[in-house]
Amino acid sequence: MTRYLVRRTLHAVLLLAGVSLLTFLFTALVPGNYFDEMKMNPQISPETVAALRAKYGVDQPLAFRYVHWVGGLLHGDLGFSFAYNTPVGPLLRVRAANTLLLTSVAMLLAWGVALPLGIWSAGRENGWPDHLITLATGALLIVPDLVLALGLLLVAVRSGWLPAGGMAAVGAEPTTWAALGRDYALHLLLPVTALVLSCAPMLVRHVRAAMLDVLDSSFLRAARGHGIPPRRLLYGYALRAAANPLLALFGFSIGTLLSGSLIIEVVMSWPGLGPFLLEAILGRDLYVVIGGVLLSTAFLVAGNLVADVLLYWADPRIRAERGNG
Amino acid sequence: MISGADRAMEPLLTVESLVKRYTPRGFGGGRGGVTALDGVSFSIAEGSTLAIAGASGSGKSTLALCLACLERPASGQIRLAGRELTTLTETQLRAVRPQMQLVFQDPSSSLNPRLTAFEIVTEPFAAQSRFSASERAARARALFERAGLSFQSATRTAAEFSGGQRQRLAIARALALEPRVLILDEALSGLDASVQAQVANLLLDLQEASRLTFVFITHDLAMASRMADRIAVLDRGRIAETGPMDEVLRQPAHASTRALIAATPQWKAELRQQADT
Repeated sequence: MTRYLVRRTLHAVLLLAGVSLLTFLFTALVPGNYFDEMKMNPQISPETVAALRAKYGVDQPLAFRYVHWVGGLLHGDLGFSFAYNTPVGPLLRVRAANTLLLTSVAMLLAWGVALPLGIWSAGRENGWPDHLITLATGALLIVPDLVLALGLLLVAVRSGWLPAGGMAAVGAEPTTWAALGRDYALHLLLPVTALVLSCAPMLVRHVRAAMLDVLDSSFLRAARGHGIPPRRLLYGYALRAAANPLLALFGFSIGTLLSGSLIIEVVMSWPGLGPFLLEAILGRDLYVVIGGVLLSTAFLVAGNLVADVLLYWADPRIRAERGNG
Repeated sequence: MISGADRAMEPLLTVESLVKRYTPRGFGGGRGGVTALDGVSFSIAEGSTLAIAGASGSGKSTLALCLACLERPASGQIRLAGRELTTLTETQLRAVRPQMQLVFQDPSSSLNPRLTAFEIVTEPFAAQSRFSASERAARARALFERAGLSFQSATRTAAEFSGGQRQRLAIARALALEPRVLILDEALSGLDASVQAQVANLLLDLQEASRLTFVFITHDLAMASRMADRIAVLDRGRIAETGPMDEVLRQPAHASTRALIAATPQWKAELRQQADT
């Protein structure tokens, strides 16, 4: 187990290193930098710009900057934001926490909806609930996430039932913990709904397919032939056997939710990584972009690592195969 | 005209005009269905073996699933010891299922890959909520022995067994509930020749010891003639021909029987010799 974990973690670190290098290269390919726009401002003297460029090391060669940045990273320093004029780390931390709050709630809900629906659907293959679920998930899969989010936003704005953006009420600060929680929950509702609607249909389809696959296998037929009641067959046997593809899907769903949340955060003005990253990209705030991309990748990798560990824990065959290797 | 002797020989398992259709359901469904079984009838006396031979797509596996009450036929009857099975509810079937067990072709897919051999063999007890833990263990040990497996291997998973051992494990599991009928759906087909012979011998020994009734479903007439004394040839969902093994093989009346004989490698040389003379 330890060896397996160490190897997987090593992979993750290598992946992160690769992503950081690529992000560095790509940002270097973008013409101009943050300070070029200052040059257009007549109120800032060329000397000031040159001094700033030197201070932030923008005029240094790329390789040097990368090594310098990695050196800082080892000390927990993610670089400096030009726009905010503060270190990137604390800035990112707040935004990342917001994104994590949004995605983890969405993740829980999406799986909480998809798992029972998928199982139910598979257990009644070709019944009308199954067809209804297939139809509904199909419709949701066709609609682009962006349209879905905008539609929800429209409904919220027109009806006035829900706050149409942001994370907390502006002005009236909630005084009690309960009120604070209620406020957060209300603001979460819209982006979470958008995320769940964009992610859950795919999960339902996969859960259903994985269950049907197992239900069709002959060991399940044999189990039924011994007289195991259908309900126990579905939940006790089929679900356990279908766990492998579903655990892998769990890791994958973290990725789709994260990338989905970046867009939905922008549309719903949720103060997470999404709008922050977009703003930084447009403003060419180099280290914020790199830090944000790296952090998103780290979430993704961590999610897959969790899925791997769960898989390892759940399946005796993988333990036997990989335990020693 | 049923005499007393005939009544005593009343078959254990009787199948009458069994029909199974697969219709694609769903939106605009109902068209282009497949009739997998089209009026299949046969009967088997207790302690004997009926071979059901047919090419692939003839409906063999559908028949196996219908016999084991895992698929519901569209019409027709299946009677086990005089009891009609096709009209039973799932709950009623639970009490009947132990009497009729199925052994599949591919043991690697018919054994739950997550369970140990011990769990696999005792699963039927759990399914029927039978016996205490210690009784289950004792019975599992006996089952391993009967199937010619070492009980020391009981803690391994199915993947750690060879193909022949896996099929022995599947047989041990099928025997757990002390069935009267074993439906062997290509149960020897996936095995090497030497292993095949060993498992065939095991099955014959078990039949003799426990008066088991076999429905031996296969495409391999050489194996069928070794295992069974009667044969029914299945062709596109119908029984093309049926009778004592020797007669049917010596004088095949139906084209599909002749095709099966020609497809049996062990007999090809013989046939060629006959054609030469």
